[in-house]
Amino acid sequence: MSGYLEGILVLLAVNVVFAYGAFLPVAAGQLNLGLAGFAAIGAYASAYLSNTYAIDPILAILLGGIAAGAVALIVAVPVLRTRGIYLALATFAVGQIVQAALLNLEVVGGAAGYPVTAFIRLPTIAAFAAGVVVLVALLFATRFGIAVTAVHDDERVADLMGLNTRAFQVAAFTLGSVIAGIGGGLYAHHFSFIEAQYFNIGLSITIVLYVLLGGTQTVLGPLLGAAVFTLLPELLRGSANWRYVHFAAAVIILMALRPQGLLTAAQIRRLLGLDRAALSRERAA
Amino acid sequence: MTNPQPILRLDRITKRFGGMTAIDDLSFTVRRGSRTALIGPNGAGKTTVFNLVTGAVPVDAGQIFVDGRDLTQMPSRKRVRHGLARSFQNVRLMPHLTAIENVMVGQHCHNGGLFGVLQPVNLWPGNRWRAAARAALCESGLEQYAAATVKNLPYGVQKRLEVVRAMMAQPRLLLLDEPAAGLNSAETEALQVLLGRICSSSDVTLLVVEHDMHFVGALCDAVVVLDFGRKIAEGSPAEVRADPRVQEIYLGTTIAEPVERCHVARSA
Repeated sequence: MSGYLEGILVLLAVNVVFAYGAFLPVAAGQLNLGLAGFAAIGAYASAYLSNTYAIDPILAILLGGIAAGAVALIVAVPVLRTRGIYLALATFAVGQIVQAALLNLEVVGGAAGYPVTAFIRLPTIAAFAAGVVVLVALLFATRFGIAVTAVHDDERVADLMGLNTRAFQVAAFTLGSVIAGIGGGLYAHHFSFIEAQYFNIGLSITIVLYVLLGGTQTVLGPLLGAAVFTLLPELLRGSANWRYVHFAAAVIILMALRPQGLLTAAQIRRLLGLDRAALSRERAA
Repeated sequence: MTNPQPILRLDRITKRFGGMTAIDDLSFTVRRGSRTALIGPNGAGKTTVFNLVTGAVPVDAGQIFVDGRDLTQMPSRKRVRHGLARSFQNVRLMPHLTAIENVMVGQHCHNGGLFGVLQPVNLWPGNRWRAAARAALCESGLEQYAAATVKNLPYGVQKRLEVVRAMMAQPRLLLLDEPAAGLNSAETEALQVLLGRICSSSDVTLLVVEHDMHFVGALCDAVVVLDFGRKIAEGSPAEVRADPRVQEIYLGTTIAEPVERCHVARSA
């Protein structure tokens, strides 16, 4: 496999992981624009652990995810008090604070960036991505999935039905940050060098775009969104300097034509004939 | 044999929104096992009573007892566990969930611990909670809609789904906010059948806000009449219908001077 192709596929897998990190809070009705910050925490924490203590990179990446989740849990309490545009701004601020802190943290290289010694290849990263997709899909087949969607759709009614809406929002935000942190760790251990500037607001917005454009109502939406919008710029590479213009145009056209995203839950049920299949299965059961 | 304690008791409830007193020193009780209607003109405070009882908005003064227990200060989320569930004037189902998933939202208060939340209820159709939700849909004649996304369903079906969802919480007191509003006669009849079955198969008490007096007459055995946040009459449907103050509100008969009453009262 050429280095170029492996690089693209690694980016694809990392972006899929990032996309699920954004999907969890979005599914609960929250926009997390600080996701790059949590990815950075995962990247730096795992790189520091594997560099300094020479622990297995896979373990380091998982611990990096937990570190990102721990920070998310702490900031979730004040940040999730805000709503709508203010929530987006508050999470954006969290991302900026993390980035600024890392720029000034000399122990991980500061503004000069941080080399990572341990190296993982595509199969490991792809396995992580597949694991994240399966785990999130399983999670959304539980009552948690129903509850989170209920909180997203109508917080007031969910509350009256006895759902602890805040607990579900905090859980979705925190789990999403754990996943983003894992994505950061994967990135760090493949590209062997990380710098705080990479984890900027542009990354956060791109990740959220994967989810919004792929579809927020089904667990397959982020997968499709991340795949299409990682590969599309590469396919447009032929048009050299204009490719980002083409890419942006594609994004705008898609938002105009399918504001609900590429995939919706109802559409999947219809496409697979599940509407009827589920019905007859339930009758039989 | 029967528990003499009322299922719901409002004791001198007051609620103000800014300078407007929506509920004014209101007291009434709902008899256990009854089907009580709460009626009154637009703006009388009927929906506000529901919002106060369920805890969606806090009371300014007074106390609310459900089944003898003072719920006045209890957070709204916890009240469902004390036997309280409601439907809404404008259907408020979760548009992104299927009908059966909406019904399963109603089970949350009985299966909401960490273990319950992580149960894979959607992975196979034989799951206990899913089966219970399906059974409830079957009993209500709604099983053919189980896998459908609710926003595409007819309004009458959505209204009935909301009642089924509320009943999944196994409430002792079910609050229905204008269940028949916006329904055609066939849909209203289907709803009446559903409510009749619910009343005969469980010991739930109904408190119903409704404008359709035929619906009230067919369903309810007690009526409380509100006007400007005060109780102006209560009793059996026949008694209330014969009450001159009720006739004045609903028919505008000239027992008092209706025009003057309008001016004085609405500006008050």
